[in-house]
Amino acid sequence: MAASYISIEGIARRFPAPEGGKTTIFEDLWFAMERGEFVCVIGHSGCGKTTVLNILAGLDEPSEGAVIIDGKAIEGPSLDRAVIFQSHGLLPWRTVLGNVAYAVSSKWRDWPKAKVEDHARKAIATVGLSGAEMKKPAQLSGGMKQRVGIARALSIEPKIMLMDEPFSALDALTRGTLQDEVRGICRTTGQTVFMITHDVDEAIYLADKIVLMTNGPDARVAEIVVNPLPADRSRNEVHKHPAYYPVRNHIIDFLVARSKSFATELAQPGKVWNRRAPPLVTPGAAGGPAPLVRAV
Amino acid sequence: MTRSVGARALVLSLVILGVFLAAWHVAVSGGGAGGQAVDPEYAKLVGAAAATGGQTPMPGPVDVGKAIWKHLSDPFYVRGTNDMGIGIQLAYSLARVLIGFGIAVAVAVPLGFLIGMSPIVYRALDPFIQVMKPISPLAWMPLALYTIKDSSLSSIFVIFICSLWPMLINTAFGVASVRKDWLNVARTLEVGPVRKAFTVILPAAAPTILTGMRISVGIAWLVIVAAEMLVGGTGIGYFVWNQWNNLSLTDIITAILLIGLVGMALDQILARLTRLVTYPE
Repeated sequence: MAASYISIEGIARRFPAPEGGKTTIFEDLWFAMERGEFVCVIGHSGCGKTTVLNILAGLDEPSEGAVIIDGKAIEGPSLDRAVIFQSHGLLPWRTVLGNVAYAVSSKWRDWPKAKVEDHARKAIATVGLSGAEMKKPAQLSGGMKQRVGIARALSIEPKIMLMDEPFSALDALTRGTLQDEVRGICRTTGQTVFMITHDVDEAIYLADKIVLMTNGPDARVAEIVVNPLPADRSRNEVHKHPAYYPVRNHIIDFLVARSKSFATELAQPGKVWNRRAPPLVTPGAAGGPAPLVRAV
Repeated sequence: MTRSVGARALVLSLVILGVFLAAWHVAVSGGGAGGQAVDPEYAKLVGAAAATGGQTPMPGPVDVGKAIWKHLSDPFYVRGTNDMGIGIQLAYSLARVLIGFGIAVAVAVPLGFLIGMSPIVYRALDPFIQVMKPISPLAWMPLALYTIKDSSLSSIFVIFICSLWPMLINTAFGVASVRKDWLNVARTLEVGPVRKAFTVILPAAAPTILTGMRISVGIAWLVIVAAEMLVGGTGIGYFVWNQWNNLSLTDIITAILLIGLVGMALDQILARLTRLVTYPE
């Protein structure tokens, strides 16, 4: 197969089970991402989404298999891959500027302090937090804290952004604004993004591809939904697109029923499914009623 | 009442103090009058002290007040080995506490870091710490006197050993319970181990470490008095014991008050330092 930018090749993650033996969260997991793609992963809790993200970040190691990024297997964390944590992960004893500057000075260790702060201020301005540089995280609202997390991730100019449910702890309005901002920033910088979410609408609004994972243990990538919405989408138009509801229904069908019963689905005669190349599906494409599964 | 809670509490404190001093005064003067009811002929024969049963009367608040005034108006005189100002004695004790405590900080914080960072070291050292922690520091004194052969250094050693454990345990606990998220931030930023220790773990654990220091300095101040009573020579503990031999109760009460005040000051200093490094989450 042609080398993708990010290629997850047969990774497995097992944990020691409390009653002896091992629990397999997932095994022989394969999928690929191209440069500049925004990929969302959807699946129920416990399917190992966060574990996959941690492996991509280098914070966790696969029990088997490997992840190849740009031709190289990843070994441990790297400044090329920025993580945006669900719980923002800001250092509470540092100011907003201090938190971002910490990342900047970690990336460019020989930069003088003034240059580091200047660069950090620019990243803070990108997420619209100018004026709050000297505040401590405790003085910020949840949305502002997450903005600082995004600014910190952006400030090191990563090649890949990894986001673990970055907006799940926010109220709906703040979440919407931040989604718009993240989408804008990623589009202008051409970021490759891997994001975990539980929010179907968020996935459809943000993603180019949506990876559907079945329930764990022994979770699989059931299929990858190729988002038929145009790359140039706006929040007020997105739900009026003819493909919006087919995509949404497809994902919700998957989450409600198929994520549980995927093994029986596979057992049906005539079903073709290759775990090394999960089928790409585009609900609502090519006009007419969308087939539920269209293997490619 | 429109006054603040603080002002009202202050008034109440003063009332309690006044009631206590008055009760003390009444109790002491009542007892003294009763004790003097001895046949004057007999008293002349055996001496006043023996006639009242050999008891020095318990001093009243006025006597103690005079003694405090006397001590505080000239706290730093030296008139011989057994006659030094109370300020000098307190300074000796404080110096021992600070030296012993300082050495304990220098040992406990790095060692606590090591224990907190490594689960293996933690498990390996845990039984030793658990056994050493409940030992009364004074039990070390004979061993210290035998090996060090210097009473002043032995007291410092005793202070060191009693300050060590709370700081060691708190540092290890603080370091071990640094939030995983913060460590992951450092990892994803490829921060080296030394920089991580100083920029993430130390600030994250600082409030716990300083709480340990506060406990330690409190224990050290408790222990120094007993240690100095035991080894003698100098220090506020020795001063108390010496005044007991002189049957000078006013001096003892003065010393007790000053021990309390100095202990409170030490505690307040560390409480303030703790507040400085505490971060709201």
